[in-house]
Amino acid sequence: MDRVCERLARIVGENYVSNMKEELYIYSQDPGMMEPREPDYVVMPKTTVEVQKIVKLANEEKIPVIPVGGSLSLSGLVIPHKGGIVLDLKRMDKIIEVNERCRYVVIEAGVTTGRLKAYLEKHYPRLRFSIPDAPPSATVVGNIVIHGQGHLSQQYGFNSDMVTGLEVVLPTGEICKIGSCSVSPYWFSLAPLPDIAGLFLGWFGTTGIITKLGLRLYPRKKLRDIEVFIVEDPHLVPDVVYRVTHTEMAEDIFVNAQPYPPIFKDIIMMGICITGDSEEELEFKRRMIWNVLRTYIDSKEGGFMMTTPDVKRALLEMPITGTTRFADVMKGGGFEYCGPIIPVEKYPEAYKKLLELSSEYGVTYGNTCRVIGRGHCMMFAFGYPFNRADPDNMERTKKALHESNVASLDIGGVPWKPEVPAQKMIMARMDKNTLELMKRIKRFLDPNGIMNPGNWEG
Amino acid sequence: MSSYTKQIHRCFRCGYCKFPSDYAEYNCPSFSRFRFETYSTGGRLWLLWAWVKKEVEWSENLAKIMFSCVTCKNCVEHCPMKFKDDIVDWIVSARKDIIEKGAVLSSVRDFLNNIHKYGNPWGEARGKRAVWAEDVKRYKPGDEFLFYVGCVGSYDERGQRMARSFAELLEKADVSYGILGSEEECDGNEVYVLGEMGLFQELARKNTGKFKELNVKKVVTLSPHAYNVMKNKYPRYGTFEVFHYTEVLLKIIQEAKLKLSELNVEVTYHDPCFLGRYNNIYEVPRKILKNIPGIKLVEMDRNRENSFCCGGGSGNFVMDLLGGSEESPSRIRVKEAYETGAEILAVACPSCLTMFEDAVKNEGLEKELFVKDISELLKEVSK
Amino acid sequence: MNLDKEVAKIEMQKMVRGENSFVLYRCVTCYACEEYCKRGNHPFYLISDLQEKNSILPMPKPLITQWINTGIPTKKDIREFWGAVEPVISLCLFPEYINSIEGKLFEGFSIVVGRYFFCQLAYLHFGRPSIIRERLSSIIENIANHGFQEIVFFHDECYSTFTSYTQAYGIQVPFRSVHLFEYLYGRLRELEDEISPLNVKVAYQRPCSSRLAPEKEHFVDDIFNLIGVERVEREYDRENSLCCGGIIRGQQRYDLFVDVQRRNVVDMVNAEAEYCVFNCPMCFASLSEAVVKRDIKPIMMHELCRLALGEVIKS
Repeated sequence: MDRVCERLARIVGENYVSNMKEELYIYSQDPGMMEPREPDYVVMPKTTVEVQKIVKLANEEKIPVIPVGGSLSLSGLVIPHKGGIVLDLKRMDKIIEVNERCRYVVIEAGVTTGRLKAYLEKHYPRLRFSIPDAPPSATVVGNIVIHGQGHLSQQYGFNSDMVTGLEVVLPTGEICKIGSCSVSPYWFSLAPLPDIAGLFLGWFGTTGIITKLGLRLYPRKKLRDIEVFIVEDPHLVPDVVYRVTHTEMAEDIFVNAQPYPPIFKDIIMMGICITGDSEEELEFKRRMIWNVLRTYIDSKEGGFMMTTPDVKRALLEMPITGTTRFADVMKGGGFEYCGPIIPVEKYPEAYKKLLELSSEYGVTYGNTCRVIGRGHCMMFAFGYPFNRADPDNMERTKKALHESNVASLDIGGVPWKPEVPAQKMIMARMDKNTLELMKRIKRFLDPNGIMNPGNWEG
Repeated sequence: MSSYTKQIHRCFRCGYCKFPSDYAEYNCPSFSRFRFETYSTGGRLWLLWAWVKKEVEWSENLAKIMFSCVTCKNCVEHCPMKFKDDIVDWIVSARKDIIEKGAVLSSVRDFLNNIHKYGNPWGEARGKRAVWAEDVKRYKPGDEFLFYVGCVGSYDERGQRMARSFAELLEKADVSYGILGSEEECDGNEVYVLGEMGLFQELARKNTGKFKELNVKKVVTLSPHAYNVMKNKYPRYGTFEVFHYTEVLLKIIQEAKLKLSELNVEVTYHDPCFLGRYNNIYEVPRKILKNIPGIKLVEMDRNRENSFCCGGGSGNFVMDLLGGSEESPSRIRVKEAYETGAEILAVACPSCLTMFEDAVKNEGLEKELFVKDISELLKEVSK
Repeated sequence: MNLDKEVAKIEMQKMVRGENSFVLYRCVTCYACEEYCKRGNHPFYLISDLQEKNSILPMPKPLITQWINTGIPTKKDIREFWGAVEPVISLCLFPEYINSIEGKLFEGFSIVVGRYFFCQLAYLHFGRPSIIRERLSSIIENIANHGFQEIVFFHDECYSTFTSYTQAYGIQVPFRSVHLFEYLYGRLRELEDEISPLNVKVAYQRPCSSRLAPEKEHFVDDIFNLIGVERVEREYDRENSLCCGGIIRGQQRYDLFVDVQRRNVVDMVNAEAEYCVFNCPMCFASLSEAVVKRDIKPIMMHELCRLALGEVIKS
């Protein structure tokens, strides 16, 4: 063990630090397409104090630190671009508190979405959180840090909008509480204090490490169902979304398009989820949604699909395992997507571009979109499965992904959880003063430049 | 190289393999123990592919990662992909290649050598195999069942008590049976999953040869490991019916061959991997327990196909690669059993029995939680 | 549609003359008129042809597109099932039932399945009968190329395609089509000694396609009698059966869908049915949720028969 390794072992115990080739190999990459870069060490702290000690050590030794949750961004956000210490936070897996009346939960950074879901279902069956469709091994904090979305995003916004408080370890080693928890024992809200949380959300760990998080919970109804509205013309999608969101009856709204299997070919499906505590409540919501789309139904341009119980079951899963199975479409072990956040009205343009790129690069696609915040925007995924064992396919897919990022910006969207090259594209188009502000914030918080370097670097 | 080399790149490392169906806890024994991604199924498969592609060289650490998989099939159960059923087979095939290259851990090498030389993984003398069974009937042609005891039942003190209980119940129920005694060979299940195919074939041939010689029609095994290998891998060497001991006991109870007195206690049952996930036997042991008057069966959250492995599979009941920590699977599992409020943790596998006995001691729960196998419980209540 | 006889007569005559009629817009495609017409004039086939001729869409365009695409063979579909020999059963577009074709009832059966065996009749619901006639001959040829003299059809609609529909349009079928229930009854008779009467009350959900082959209807009662099942007396049964509602929902007639399903299920509940027995997988998909909510167990006919033989059904 070298000197740094020994120091790390003294902090976390020698069972939870490694500089073995195997660990370095696995932590050098995520399941996406970005080139691997090996860290120097992998360490797994159990407590905030351990995280703090590691960060202080890193500052002394001028070694980069890369905080890692589930490693499922697929855009290489936890790949150590400049080596350093990978901080696998999954041992910090306590669910600290659920305040049922105020509907919030406080969790550690390593709590997986699966674990939180199971915990709430068992102990607080009337509460739920906005679970994303990433595999259940994704961490709640990791998803929030990248402005993830989930099944409640149509109603309540990005998952990062649901934060009520943070505990962070700053790049210089101080431990800070943000939100009401900095003043009160309760983690109910970021307001009415100055909103510092934004300094840590969307920064991919370059400004500090979130060790605890307060998260809004929402009512969980007893019943959940789905109606799938299908159209052929992508130009109809924005208006359908506008009408349905106007009713305020829907839970999740997603838009899917894919060339296989045949039942999905040449059509665009809009899944509209509804929840209720009774059949009457569900029926009321269902009828509201049907009524608001009657114009399209009467014109025969759109209609509600006949869904079998099996299809419904698959679409009502949380998380939807079909999202993960997309990785095996090419029997190749992977998929990656450029998932820009776009105005809903830009859906037809984005869809057209997706078909063009798929054809141009000879790669198949899967498009999934999630409506966010009553139609304020949507996440539009240019999704491409690939085959790791086929270098030619990998190359074409990378090109398609790159062009998807370019197209996203061209149509007025912003790539979500962008890979480093896409980050640079974003920064190149960013308002100069905004960019300068970002740089100043990073310099201020992280004077030694140790936090996940390579990301958000202009 | 085997065909797995053309397939393992399909693993997405999504992580579903780490969980049970409700995602509440980690359910992969090696990942629970070590927590590095390398010790999850996904990490293991990615490393395997890296090794195949020569991106990673063989090392002691890589060997440890490869052989710390206890082949419990939680990953097979919960992987969402079409290739899920092949996952453990891939790992076994890879181990076969590793063994052929001579690149194993010393503990694995010793395990296999001991079986080869002495017929058991501890290296105990062959002659000692039946020391526990001096007064147990030997099988003769015409007996209904050959009671196959297995290595743990023969050599481990706790396993011997389990074997003895079952033999006594067979006697009480007047079932025609016998054992092979010191002529019994290791069943080879662990040898198979460790990838030593040459040795496995030798053991399978020896065992089936012996069965043919004695005209054995029905074999009842103490261990689910033996049950699994005889049911699923032996048929190409010889045909006979295979039963797990709980199946025979249930029939005995249903035929009212034993009178059962009351036992007022809360019991929780642990599903062994080689009985449950491998062979879909979940209800038989539960039916036995429910037939005992007074017993209240309480389930652990992780039950049936979600059972959390004791960590003893793939030879680890001897090699103990997952031991030595509070995070050892057997210790996690006994804590889970304790949390149900049950007094008794019932098992149907001698490997689970020994793993959990040790774990209870390590957790300081000796006075609160008693580990018993199903035959011991039945023996207690049967007149 | 609640029409009086005079209005119905006028509209029918219009359609016979090839003219437009409001009936073409309001037809729910339940096939009942095919059964009610005792003269064999195939009124529903006429309606379907006129719908297409007049570009009248009984369903929204995307649903029609979806179903047309669903019938086009993919790379995964098998055209030739080498080794498939009689007795053979065609599962059409229902591969999910492959694992249920087992046990004593189906010993020795070969299975053919997939889009190369899709009977196409569903397109009557979508106002696209031309697709049936376009594709049907190659489906028949594909089946015939296997050398089957006789083939059991799992789906009632398949049986009706290769009997009623082909007959109506003068299409030659070089093999004998066997209705699943006819086969089941015959086989159950052979296994009569092994049947344990189920002693349950069932409602039978008669599918629309049964209207095209009413001569096979008696097998339902024959089977029920043999396996000790009481078919409850209820209003919406036999000739008075109600559509499962699936197609009505596809036509986006939500209120009618709710009404039809409600009346049907309430009828079953009032008759104290314990099971709802299905013939058609699409009916099962459409109606099973509704019956389960009223504590009635949904089951396919062949699975009910297997229960009577003491077999375990994997759900």
